[in-house]
Amino acid sequence: MHEVLGTTTDGDLVINVGPQHPATHGVLHLVITLHGETIRKVDPHLGYIHRSIEKMCESLTYRQFIYVTSRMDYLSAHINNHACALCVEKGLQVEVPARAQYIRVLMDELTRIASHELWWGAMAMDLGAFTPFFHAFRERENINDIMEETCGARLTMNYMVPGGVMADIHPNFQKRVKSFIQLFRSKFDEYNEMVTGNIIFQNRMKGVGYLSAEDAISYGCTGPTARGSGVSCDVRKIMPYELYNQVQFDEILETGGDSFARYMVRLREMNESINIIEQVIDNIPEGDYQAKTKAVLKLPKGEFYTRVETARGELGVYIVSEGGTTPYRIKFRSPGFSNLSALDHMARGSKIGDLVAMMGTLDLVIPDIDR
Amino acid sequence: MMDREHMISCITEWVPGAKAEEGTEWTTLSIPGESWPELAQRLRDEADWQMDFLFCLTCIDWKTHLTMVYHLTSTRHRHILVIKADLPADDAVIHTASHLWKTAIFHEREVFEMFGVRFSKHPDLRLLILPDGWEGRNPMKKDFEDPVNMIRM
Repeated sequence: MHEVLGTTTDGDLVINVGPQHPATHGVLHLVITLHGETIRKVDPHLGYIHRSIEKMCESLTYRQFIYVTSRMDYLSAHINNHACALCVEKGLQVEVPARAQYIRVLMDELTRIASHELWWGAMAMDLGAFTPFFHAFRERENINDIMEETCGARLTMNYMVPGGVMADIHPNFQKRVKSFIQLFRSKFDEYNEMVTGNIIFQNRMKGVGYLSAEDAISYGCTGPTARGSGVSCDVRKIMPYELYNQVQFDEILETGGDSFARYMVRLREMNESINIIEQVIDNIPEGDYQAKTKAVLKLPKGEFYTRVETARGELGVYIVSEGGTTPYRIKFRSPGFSNLSALDHMARGSKIGDLVAMMGTLDLVIPDIDR
Repeated sequence: MMDREHMISCITEWVPGAKAEEGTEWTTLSIPGESWPELAQRLRDEADWQMDFLFCLTCIDWKTHLTMVYHLTSTRHRHILVIKADLPADDAVIHTASHLWKTAIFHEREVFEMFGVRFSKHPDLRLLILPDGWEGRNPMKKDFEDPVNMIRM
C-alpha cells in the first residue's frame, strides 16, 4: 500500500478501499479521491493476486495449462476450461463428440447459475441484507453437489479437456439436475420477494452507476454489465459454439444502464440458463465423451483465438503457437479486467455509499482481473 | 459485414505498407507502426467499418522484435479484423488507441509494464498490476529472469 489517508492540494480527501475490504470480495485496492461525500476519482491498483498465469502457461503443455485457468475466474471454472479446450481443439482440428458437447453446455449453464447465485447473495450482503446470502447458497449447494459427483471437485473442476470431457457423467447426473430445476423454480420467486421488490433495495440501485451503451462498448464491457446498458454482446448468440445455435434461448437485454438494470439482467439470465438445461438434459446422445487425441498434443504454427461467454462476460483465449508442445504466448482476455476499467467512469460524481452497489453489480472476481 | 478481400483491398489502399496474412481465421493485416493512429481512426469512424469494440489488445515478444496485436470488431456489422504492428525490441513506441477505445487505457498500461512498450499520448501510462519499483523490468518478455525462481531453486 503506497497511498495513505491524506488530502490533496485542493482539499480533496484520498482514501484506500481495500486491498482487504469485505465489499471488494478479494484483494482489490481502490484509491478514491473524495470531495465531501462525492467521488472525484477511483483509481484501481491491481496485482495483489497476480500469479502471471499467462507466463506460467508458456512452460506448460496443452494438456496441463487448462488446469491453471480454473484459478482465473474460479466461479466460472468450467467455462474457462471450456474456452481453452475449444482453442486447442481449433488448432488440432478435432471434432468433439456430440455427447461431450451436450455435457459441456450443461456444465456451462449450471456454472452460470451457480455463479449468479453467489453474486446475488453477495451483492445483497454488500447492501446490508444478510439473509439472501443463505438462500442463494442453499440452491448453489445443490449445483456444487452435482459437480462433485461428476467432476470430483466443487470449485476448480478441471473437467473439460481437449477433445471432450475428462470422464462420463455420473449415473445420477440427469436425475439430480432435474430435481435441481424443480427446486430452483420453486425458490426463484423468493428472490424477487426478498430483494428485487424491496423498496430500500430499489432506491439504492435505481439511477446509480449509470453506464451508457456507447461507453460500455468503448470500455470493452461485456456480459451482463454491457447487456444492462442494452448492448447485445452475448457470444453464445453472435458467435455460437457447441450447441448454442441449436437451443432456444433469449439474450437478456435491459436498457436502464444503471445498477438495477445490471441486477435484472443477471437475475433473468438464471432463468434463461434453466431453460437451456431443460432443453438439453433429456437429449444427451449416447456415444463417446472424448475424441481420441494423441498423448502429446502439438499445435501447428499459427494463431488461435476463441471467444466464449462466461458468467461475467466475454473470455478470449489467444494462443500463439510455434509448432511445439507448449504455447509460445497465451493471452487471456478476461471480462472482469475490462468491466473494472469502467468503474472510474461510472463512479465519478456519485456518493461514496453507492460505490459498493456499483461494484456489486459489476460482479468482480479479482483473480479473473489479475490473472 | 465485409468480406476478407474487400477488407484487405481497403486497408492496403489506405496503408501502403500493409501486408495480409494467409491462413488465419479472421482477416489479419500487418501494418507499419507509424500508420496505426490514422488507420485506427478510420476503422472506427468510417460508416461501413464502425469497428467500435476493441475486444483484445496484447503484445507478443519475438525476441528480435515485439508485435502489437489489436482484435477489433463492430457491434453493428459484426465483422472482425486483426491488426498487427511490429515494433523494434529496444525502442518500442506506438501511438495510443485509448482516445478511440477507452478499454485501451487499462490494456495498454498492462502491455506497458509487462512488455515495456511505450504508448505515446496515453493519458495515464504507469504501472497497473506490478508494484512500485518494477519500472524497466518487463516480466512477460522472454529474456526476463526472475531472481526468485521457484522452479530452479
